[in-house]
Amino acid sequence: MTKLWDFNGGVHPLPNKHQSTSAPIQQAGLPDQLVLPLQQHVGSPAETRVQPGDRVLKGDCLADALGSMGVPLHAPTSGVIESVLKMPVPHPSGLLDWCIVLIPDGEDAWTERHPMTDYRSREISQVLARVRDLGIVGLGGAGFPTSVKLRSPGDKKVMTLVLNGAECEPYITADDMLMRERAAEVVEGAQIMAWLLKPERCVIGIEDNKPEAIAALQDAVGDSGIEIAVIPTKYPSGGEKQLIHILTGLEVPYNGIPADVGVVCQNVGTALAVSRAVLHGEPLLSRITTLTGQALAQPANYEVLLGTPISHLLARARLNPNRLERLIMGGPMMGFTLQTDSVPVVKTTNCVIAAAPGELDEPPPEQPCIRCGACAEVCPMELLPQQLFWYARSEEFDKAEHLNLFDCIECGACSYVCPSSIPLVQYYRFAKGEIRTQRIEQLKSDQARERFEARQARLEREQAEKEARKRERAQAAAKAQARKAEKPDQGQPSKDDRQAKAAAVQAALARKRQETPAGAASSEEPAPKSSGEPDLKSLRLQLAQAQEKLATMEAMLTEARSAETDNREKLERAVTKNQDRVARAQVAFDRAQAESAEAANHHD
Amino acid sequence: MALTQQTSPHARQARSTSQLMLWVIVLTMPGLLAQTLFFGWGNLINVLWCIALAIGAEAAVLRLRERPIKSVLKDNTAAVTGLLLGLALPPLAPWWVSAIAVISAIVMAKQLYGGLGANPFNPAMVGYALALISFPVAMTTNWAAPMGLASAPGFTETMGIIFPGQQTTIDAYTMATPLDVYKHDITTRMSAEVTGHPTFGDGIARGWEWVNAAFLAGGLGLVFLRIISWHIPVSLLAALVFMSLAFGTNPDQYTPLSLHLFAGATMLGAFFIATDPVSAATSHQGKLIYGAGIGIILYIIRTWGSYPDALAFAVLLMNFAVPFIDHYTPPRTYGHKKPRRGLASRTEAR
Repeated sequence: MTKLWDFNGGVHPLPNKHQSTSAPIQQAGLPDQLVLPLQQHVGSPAETRVQPGDRVLKGDCLADALGSMGVPLHAPTSGVIESVLKMPVPHPSGLLDWCIVLIPDGEDAWTERHPMTDYRSREISQVLARVRDLGIVGLGGAGFPTSVKLRSPGDKKVMTLVLNGAECEPYITADDMLMRERAAEVVEGAQIMAWLLKPERCVIGIEDNKPEAIAALQDAVGDSGIEIAVIPTKYPSGGEKQLIHILTGLEVPYNGIPADVGVVCQNVGTALAVSRAVLHGEPLLSRITTLTGQALAQPANYEVLLGTPISHLLARARLNPNRLERLIMGGPMMGFTLQTDSVPVVKTTNCVIAAAPGELDEPPPEQPCIRCGACAEVCPMELLPQQLFWYARSEEFDKAEHLNLFDCIECGACSYVCPSSIPLVQYYRFAKGEIRTQRIEQLKSDQARERFEARQARLEREQAEKEARKRERAQAAAKAQARKAEKPDQGQPSKDDRQAKAAAVQAALARKRQETPAGAASSEEPAPKSSGEPDLKSLRLQLAQAQEKLATMEAMLTEARSAETDNREKLERAVTKNQDRVARAQVAFDRAQAESAEAANHHD
Repeated sequence: MALTQQTSPHARQARSTSQLMLWVIVLTMPGLLAQTLFFGWGNLINVLWCIALAIGAEAAVLRLRERPIKSVLKDNTAAVTGLLLGLALPPLAPWWVSAIAVISAIVMAKQLYGGLGANPFNPAMVGYALALISFPVAMTTNWAAPMGLASAPGFTETMGIIFPGQQTTIDAYTMATPLDVYKHDITTRMSAEVTGHPTFGDGIARGWEWVNAAFLAGGLGLVFLRIISWHIPVSLLAALVFMSLAFGTNPDQYTPLSLHLFAGATMLGAFFIATDPVSAATSHQGKLIYGAGIGIILYIIRTWGSYPDALAFAVLLMNFAVPFIDHYTPPRTYGHKKPRRGLASRTEAR
């Protein structure tokens, strides 16, 4: 007998499982069209590789995996791609997402398959690639890419491989029927997984309300060494964290994964899918889905091609449309209501409940919380749901997080027992969503602030540099001014003045020389050039110097104006004087330039 | 096709607040029966009077607050507050004492804080404490004498005492409670002499022992039906036992343990009053601390304070401590090494 542990809390809702277990698994048949969402798993959506009009065979890859968490998507049957467009997908919000629409041709013709019966002589990476390339994801609920979980965690050894056959949620019997009818393949899948992970122990956990499945598996395991652990029926024992605790006594650490404590947990349906993929080369094309609820005349489990619209399934299970009050994908504890029956079955659709009026709970109006603590009694994660509710409602999210809001697995046990019929889980979803939004916004605003601060710093730096240059110039100017004040005759400006005058004189002389007869000019040809060239150069220099001086004086003036200092008038005069000086230098330079150009024309 | 849109879970256990309260009311009946048998009609009349007052006061405030009246009254919590006061007040307390207690409980302690679920203090105990401080004589010494010790008033006579407030003849029917008698007489006499007082009878305390046993039985019913958890009553009684054994084993000096457990409001308080979930601590560990605190304060005031019984004060004092207790006693969440005690810090929230 396997040693078992108990987890805190839990509830015992009415099982309602017998309705769908009286008949064997049925074939759901071929619908008119298959709608295949590109994202049916946790991770990045697949990238479509087909075009409308393409003809595909059963098992052909329709969309490639993207990224390390991606999984590809395959054609569940042969047919023609009609379109790739946004359509309603199974999601609580009635979300639209990209889907490939495939019109079956009715032939169900297979593409080439490559069984890998000799997997034990292959490389582990080859088998893992096979699991990934054939689109296998966890079929228990979240749709986590199976190959990622089956990759050995490297530094840590996997001690226990857990197969989850607990199926604790009411109404759902898909795993139960699968274990009853396909136990051998489940065991084969478990053996493949065990070969990949090399655990010390491989154990299948099943709730004790499934005696047929237990018997079938016990037959199938034989002497393979795989344990079968029959666990007490209690919701949510099939939660990954709860089942791991029940079977090993270990707890998955906060923010960690099961591999951190040496455990890998896989659903029994996933084991079967792995076995089909490795031993038969079949991609994940169909799954077992429970169709139940009082609005159906033939509740049962159906083997459904992925992408089959719910409406097709409901018709197959003989729905009485007048009795349909609520359509739930998933179980009554964690499932969500659908807005339309046009959404398709995806890889994670384990159950569809077509409930008749009065079959499921119609919650009375919410009443105040009386802190009775019934929720805390049943919480399998040992949270304080009533405190979380209080903080979620008053939007004190930091306090809710402090009380481990993000450890909530949303199993609904708290809402199930709440005497005030408070939709607690909804409050937690709201709080989680708000916190995530706030974090994204916080990140955005942090980035914006960093950008702004960086820009501000750059502007300040530039401003400071500009100021520094200005100050240097001002100091230079002040020094010059001081020198000028001491010896007004020897001041730089007057020197410039004289130079300009000298230049003007020289220019005039040059002009004179050019006016001399051509013969003389030709004999003296180099002379004007040699005298004209330095002439222009020095004039240009003088002009530049005068301009720079003017700029300095103007800057000083602006500064003085803004500072309202006494020397304003003096500076104003200085600027005017410098302006004149620049104008003169300009005139002299222009003239010299024009003359030298004229001279050049003459020579040519 | 109009499909119902509903958030999960879609299944619910059918046990509402109103039903829980109804169970509380039902399980106080053995105690009320014992009170009526041993102390006359007083408690029964008080219970009905207080329930009527409580419902009336609640309806009036709901009307002022413009809240739905019918659906709120249906939760039966006002009735429970009235009931608990009716059980706790002296059987022959005049109508205006109970009226003041009930109205202050419902209006001040409950509705002014925002109604059900928002009150930090146990409403019934707020009302009781107010009456106790305002009318100490009527509330402590005038407990109806147990049957057979004095001439017991009949039903109409009791009505006459309670309602017109004709307290002139009341001394003929009342007697100090055993806790009161023992506490005062033991200072001057020996235990054997004290217990010779007729109020103690042949057992622990005439009448009181049966009333407490009946509330204990009802309280065990609450635990059995999982309407309350065992933590508060057990830790309360355990603390009372511990205090008595640690400090007051000498019966010639201190009230003996048997009297602490089976006289006064001990069992009513431990199972029906201290367990009011709204004003009690939340987690299991918190409840243990909360209950033990009440037990310790109860013993301290009974022994060294000036009141013979102290349940209301003990409960109210621990109500003050509840937010503090809650911050430091969260359970250890699955996957965490230890519980996250104390307040949320800003850095952690990031």
